[in-house]
Amino acid sequence: MEFKTVLSFCPYCGCGCGLLLEVLDGKIVGTLPSKTSPVNQGKLCVKGWNVHEFVISPNRLIKPMVRKNDTLENSSWDEALHLSATRLKEIKEKYGPDSIGVLTSAKCTNEENYLLQKFTRAAIGTNNIDHCARL
Amino acid sequence: MSTKIKEAVRALLAEGKIKGFLGLREEHGNIMPHLFCDPKELDSLSLGDWKKSGDTRYPLNQMMIQLAIAYPNETFAILVRGCDERGLRELFKWKQLAEDKVILIGIGCPDELARACECEKPFPDSLLEGPQGTRAENEKVASLDKMDLEERFTFWEAEFNRCIKCLGCRNICPMCFCNECTLEEANLIDTGEVPPANPTFHLVRAIHMVGRCIDCGLCEEACPADIPLRTLYKKVGEIISKEFGYKTGFSVDEKSPFNIIEVK
Repeated sequence: MEFKTVLSFCPYCGCGCGLLLEVLDGKIVGTLPSKTSPVNQGKLCVKGWNVHEFVISPNRLIKPMVRKNDTLENSSWDEALHLSATRLKEIKEKYGPDSIGVLTSAKCTNEENYLLQKFTRAAIGTNNIDHCARL
Repeated sequence: MSTKIKEAVRALLAEGKIKGFLGLREEHGNIMPHLFCDPKELDSLSLGDWKKSGDTRYPLNQMMIQLAIAYPNETFAILVRGCDERGLRELFKWKQLAEDKVILIGIGCPDELARACECEKPFPDSLLEGPQGTRAENEKVASLDKMDLEERFTFWEAEFNRCIKCLGCRNICPMCFCNECTLEEANLIDTGEVPPANPTFHLVRAIHMVGRCIDCGLCEEACPADIPLRTLYKKVGEIISKEFGYKTGFSVDEKSPFNIIEVK
């Protein structure tokens, strides 16, 4: 038997509200606002209050899928990455780098976001990069 | 101040009387709820004091319900203040928790906290450690009562208009245990609208607090819009006390006026 709360941060927007994930026997069962977080001081918005729901959602995408004949099919990372790289290259060559835009996410780490903007600017060659926290 | 509490919990765990103690622990300056199953963990026990006494309280009773659902045959101990004890009494009466499966470890609140809460009884009967503080007067409700009806309505309308419908007041409430919530009933309160129906949304919740609100104040602390919810529910409690002679959480066996089903 184990029940604990784990300090984490809300991944929805750029504020970075501190939250506590309630964990019962290894499973996340709820979210609470962290009272000791200087950012949100024990408060959360409706999205933050429901963070635990997407973690355990059966709709969550946990493996790569590729669209074949208009239907999404399970695929391997190698196949999915190869297809993405090939198509991005083709589009860049045919229409130019500014025909491509990249949307990244507040659910990634700072380092992952840095990598993606580097990839967008240095590898693709466009400034078309934005982030869901600016919505 | 937690020596006696640690001793009591250590003894309960050693004697096998409880499976765990639901309290608060401190880690790297953060205070968070935790189920202490091993006496060695008790060094990190916290009483919820961060910057000042009791400013880091969490809805432990709500977590106790979750534990009781997962482990209905086990007994747990829980850290309680005066308000938490009142809450547990109601939860026993509302059949959300079994009285013989919960052992109360009580702490009293200092007068400073009691005054900030305007608490009617800032210590539990199960007091083990801490002061047996003095009752504080209900000044906020009294100051609002002085306003005339129109002025008071304008005041609440302006307060409710700041609501962002985060539902935090309901989510953090240790007495909100319904599986289905009226606040999410689309026929009564339109979805996708902020602020939510004013004053319906807040008055629906206020009415549902009859015989439930034990004045812990967690709702007001969780409100991002700083709506004085505690004052609103204090008024509800005052009306119930005056009209029905019922004081929520003070009696062990007397049921709230909304919890009595008469079969004729």
